[in-house]
Parts: sequence; structure tokens; C-alpha cells
Amino acid sequence: MRIPLVISTLVARSVGATSRLSGRGGGTTLPGRVLNTLNPGAGARLAKKLAQGSAVISATNGKTTSAAMAAAILSPRFRLAGNPAGANLSSGVATALLHTRGADLGLFEVDEAALPRVAAALRPRALCLGNLFRDQLDRYGELEMLAERWRGVVAGLAAESTLIVNEDDPQLAQLARGREGVIRFGIEDARHGGPLPHAADARYCSNCGVAYDYRLAYVGHLGEYSCPGCGFERLKPDIWADEIALEGLIGSSFRLHLPEETLKVKLGLPGLYNVYNALAAAALGHALGASASEIASGLESTEAAFGRSERIEIGEKRLLLLLIKNPTGANEVVRTIVADGTPQTLVLALNDGIADGQDVSWIWDVDFEPLLSGLERLIASGGRAAELALRFKYAGFPESRIELVLSPAEALDRGLELTEAGGELVVCPTYTAMLELQKVLAERGHADLYWQRAARARKESGPPRHQR
Amino acid sequence: MTRIRLCHLYPDQLNIYADRGNIAVFRSRAERRGYELEVVGIGVGEALAPECDLIYLGGGQDREQALIAPDLARRGGEISRALEDGAALLAVCGGYQLLGRGYRDRFDFEMLGAGVLPLETVAGEGRLIGDVSIECELDPGEMLTVVGFENHGGRTLLDPGAVPFGRVVHGFGNDGDSGFEGCRLGKAIGTYLHGPLLPRNPWLADWLLGQALARTLGEPPELEALDDELEYQAHAVALHRARERGGKLR
Repeated sequence: MRIPLVISTLVARSVGATSRLSGRGGGTTLPGRVLNTLNPGAGARLAKKLAQGSAVISATNGKTTSAAMAAAILSPRFRLAGNPAGANLSSGVATALLHTRGADLGLFEVDEAALPRVAAALRPRALCLGNLFRDQLDRYGELEMLAERWRGVVAGLAAESTLIVNEDDPQLAQLARGREGVIRFGIEDARHGGPLPHAADARYCSNCGVAYDYRLAYVGHLGEYSCPGCGFERLKPDIWADEIALEGLIGSSFRLHLPEETLKVKLGLPGLYNVYNALAAAALGHALGASASEIASGLESTEAAFGRSERIEIGEKRLLLLLIKNPTGANEVVRTIVADGTPQTLVLALNDGIADGQDVSWIWDVDFEPLLSGLERLIASGGRAAELALRFKYAGFPESRIELVLSPAEALDRGLELTEAGGELVVCPTYTAMLELQKVLAERGHADLYWQRAARARKESGPPRHQR
Repeated sequence: MTRIRLCHLYPDQLNIYADRGNIAVFRSRAERRGYELEVVGIGVGEALAPECDLIYLGGGQDREQALIAPDLARRGGEISRALEDGAALLAVCGGYQLLGRGYRDRFDFEMLGAGVLPLETVAGEGRLIGDVSIECELDPGEMLTVVGFENHGGRTLLDPGAVPFGRVVHGFGNDGDSGFEGCRLGKAIGTYLHGPLLPRNPWLADWLLGQALARTLGEPPELEALDDELEYQAHAVALHRARERGGKLR
């Protein structure tokens, strides 16, 4: 039996309200799951109600932040519907579609494995592909397989749709070759480049299998490459950043080159990886008709998204939360932390739920070594705290300076205890450890719960603003 | 000082699943007993270093495996000679598969292996992913528990009479069916267990170091005990996970 759209949306919406009332969670994905079950075609039909269509952002790393930036860029021009709070599987997108009343453009961040299904339902007018890193192999199998599925998504994209790719990622650059209507973005600032890191992905050409020549790499395998085998090489991007100045954990500034204009941008989010997120958002904004000044002010007004370099005041101390979830992301977090001088105390929390990746071996592919010299005390936390401790022990960090505090909430307290007044405590949790911390911080009145932010963002302006 | 020479095959291609964690464990546990570990990276086209005590092969994704497979297939004799000369060997995941006779994918395309281990691997429906625990008897009468994480599409079939590395307690193992995990040929061990394998199974690292040292010392020396409190904790959690959620096909 086919359940009519109006009934299925009604049921699904009330499930969300019940879930929030019963205190079981925010209902950021459950209503969508109900909707997908009741009426599998409902998502596609709800998407058609958006007069200006949909835009989709996917990437292994940074999609939540680039979506927040893109929302800030596009909100003067469009009434946006979107999926905040990182609810980026098919169910989260369907939930967002239940809350599109009054919106004219859908802006969605989509999980890399969920992209084929979501793109088929949404038929986006613009698709922005940010990067493809090795992440949670236990969930997705292998990177190659994911790249192949993305190839299918690109092939299925309507001819009039715009494809936006990070030209510094050779896998994505290759997906876009031969297609009309592509906007390429990248970084052009050799001062920030270095050699290819340990266990980098995409070292070999997907055309011919020969190892790429990397002139330099910026973040993971993102950089300037060429293939000595078949001649495939990075093209000059349409939108790029240069004269990048990184300001430790505070932010960065750079010159943004758009096709018609060049302007200076000051970001409130740290690290080179956030420059990539900004470029993705700028390119998507440009594709959807945003002006240069809208792009700049959108980027500059974006604050940290849910636990991505988020600062929280706790009495006289400050807490800096930096989500870690895969080798490349964690490497950038480490690089950003040490740029400001190594902290004396560090809390790392490693969980191994499905959302974290059940296979924790990735922590051995992270270069934690730059932290070792200045670090006085490591507080290892989460369900797999002992694995973290071993990672540091076998890197030569004295075991006597490692404390195991399994509960992330207690690890937070222990870290704060060791932080002096006026000081800042750096905490790097994996995804579900981050949720645990968020819950404790909310209970203590230091931060909002994620669904409260989502609801407020929807109420305020429609778009996901990710304000603190 | 006695030196252990470890030949790490294809460090540029087979390096996912934390292979450097395994090497770091070999190094630290050797050095704390007063032995030096010399790691020699062996790339495509390069010969194994002479006087090799220990050979290590890690895992890689399909593309990387395909890149090194032809080279590895030509090395069967060289690796077998090193084993006959007394070297120990650890191969994980992709490296394990390719030490067998070969890998047949769903289109019947055959990737030839080195033929060192008595086994072959065929592609199966769905990947076998999850926590694993196994029981092994490395020295007669001594049962050891080894824990790790597996993630493989291939189903590995041992030849009749071949010896598995261990018996599956929780998880899939070689093929999800036979109850066997890995393969053991004298001092050579092939296994699907990564995670990485050695930090949470320090006794296996020590056994391999002992076997490697036996090449020059004649027999495995008594290795002094180390403080393995953290290792035991990590092992206990991984074992618990295997019990809880190992061997469930996703």
C-alpha cells in the first residue's frame, strides 16, 4: 500500500516532536527514517517543492563547516532549507525536507557513502565535492569503491547542473574531466606546501597506476600533482586562494581569487583545511550567483560548527573542542594545535561506535609526534583509551605521563583541573565522544544541545547558521 | 649488540591499517631488551637484504595491491629461501593474501601471488568486517589469545593439511566458514588481523622477535618481561568487542 505524501510527512514530523519531548534525542534523523520507510519516494517529491532546487556538498572532511559557510553566503539571496547538526545520511536529509516550509533552495551536506542515494533523490543543480580521504574503512570498505560510486553520481548529474570540485584532489579532478560546467577550486601558495605525508591516499594515478609526482602537498594528498605515466595533471583552478596567513588556533586570512574579482578574506576558523572549506563554499556560492561581497561576508561571519574548533568559556577557563575522525583530519588538527605552541595538557577521547569507526587502527596513521616534545600530560579517554595510550607509548612518550580516564566527561574535568585560570584546555574527541561532551556541557549550562541549535537555526532564518 | 634485520616489503604501497604501529612495536620491544632493530624498506624491483631475520608485509587497498602484485609474484623463491635460512615472517591482510598462490576476483581475473603460503583467495559476496578473537598455539601446549580487526572481501582457503594461524573464537577469520584464521608455516605467519595487530598482542610480537633472533642465536632467547599493563588493557577491550560484535555481516 502506498501511503499518501501528506500523511507520511505528518506522521514523520510528529515522531520528531515526540522524540524531543521524551528526551530521547533531537529527532534530527528519526523523522526522515520514518518518512523513508512509509514512503520511499517522498524525499524526491518534497525536494521538487523547492522552487530554486537543491545544492549538495559532500566530502570526507569539512562538509559540515563548508555547508555552514555556504549557508552564510547564500542566505541573503535564498530562503534556505538544510540539514544542520551533521545529520548527513539519507535520513537526515529527509528530515530536513520535512522542514522546508517557506524555503526556496535546499542546501545539504551529505555523507560520502550516502551521496549516490541522496543525489538521485534531490537531482541537485549544484554538486560540490570537497575531498576524498581514507576514513572509516570498516564502514565503507575501500576508498576506491567510494570513488567509483562518486563517478556514477557525476555521470548521473544533469547536463545543466554545475559540478564543483577540489582540483587539488586528483581523484576528484579526474571525475570532472571531460565534463562541461565545472568549477574548479584549489590553493596556490607554495609556502604552505610540504612533502606528501605518511600513508597518504591517492598516491597513484587512477588512469594508469603510476605514482604521481607531487610538487607539494597542502593537506593530506591535496596539492599539486602530475602523472609521469599518462600526463594527467592538475589544472589551474577557476577559484583559488593565495597569500595565506595562518594565525594559529585563531583563524587565517587569504586572498580569494574569483573569476572576475580578487578580494581579501579573514576567516575565524583555523588551519589550512578551513581555507579549503572556505574555497568549497565560495565556489558553490559563486555557482549559485552570490556576489563577491556576499561570499566574503558569508565566509567571515561563519563561526565554528558543532565541535569543529569550537571555543566554550567555562568559568575562568576556556575549552577548545577539535573533532578528530580520520588520519588526515587529525593530522591537520595536530598541525593547527602545535602552530600555537604545544599545550601542556591534552585530552584525547577515542570511541569506537559506528559513527566513530569501529576500527581504531587509524590513530596509528596519525602523526601525533609533533605534540610529544612540549606535552606534559596526556589524558587518554573514551572506550578505546588504552589504544590511544599505546599509540603515544610506542611513539616514545613516557607512560608515567599518560592518564587513562575512560569517561570523556571525567576526562574533561581532569583536564580542566590541570588548566590554570585564564588558560585554555584542548580536547580532541571522536564523533560520539564529542556528543557525550556536548551533552555534559549542555547539562552544566555551557552549551546548547545539538538539536536545540538545529531548531533555533531553523526558526531564525531557515538556513543552518551553526551559531554557538 | 645483536641486531635484528627486518625487511619491510613495499612500505610505500602496503601501509594502511597502521602497519607502522607493528614496526614501532617490534622496534621498541627489541630495543628495551638490548637488541637493535634495523628496518630495510624493500620496494618494487629491489632484492631482499641479505642476512634477513624478519620479513614484514602489510595491507593495502586494491589499487596498491595490484601495483605490487606482479613484483611479489616473482619473489616467491627469494622469500622461501629467506625462510629456509631462518627468517621469521609476518604478513597482514593484503600481504597475507598475496603470499598465497593468488587472488581470484568475481570476474575470474586472477592476480598471481608469491606461492609461499599453501592457500588461495577468492572474492566473496560482501566484505567480512569486524572485531576478531582467535586462539593460537605458537609453541606446543601454549594457547594464546590474539585479538584484532578484520576487513576483507576475499575468502582465503587453506590447502588440505595446511596449518592455520589460529582458530576463530569470535569473528569471521579466513572465510567466515571454516573456523580457521590465517596461516602458519614454520616461523611464518599470515593473518587478516590488523588494528594494528602487535600493540594489543605483545606476546605475539615477542614470539616473532624470538624467532627472528633464533636465526643468528640458534634458538629463541629468553626475553625479559616488560610492563605491559596498557597492552593488557587494550587487549581486554578488543576481546570484549570481539565477543560483543565480532562476526556480524554488514
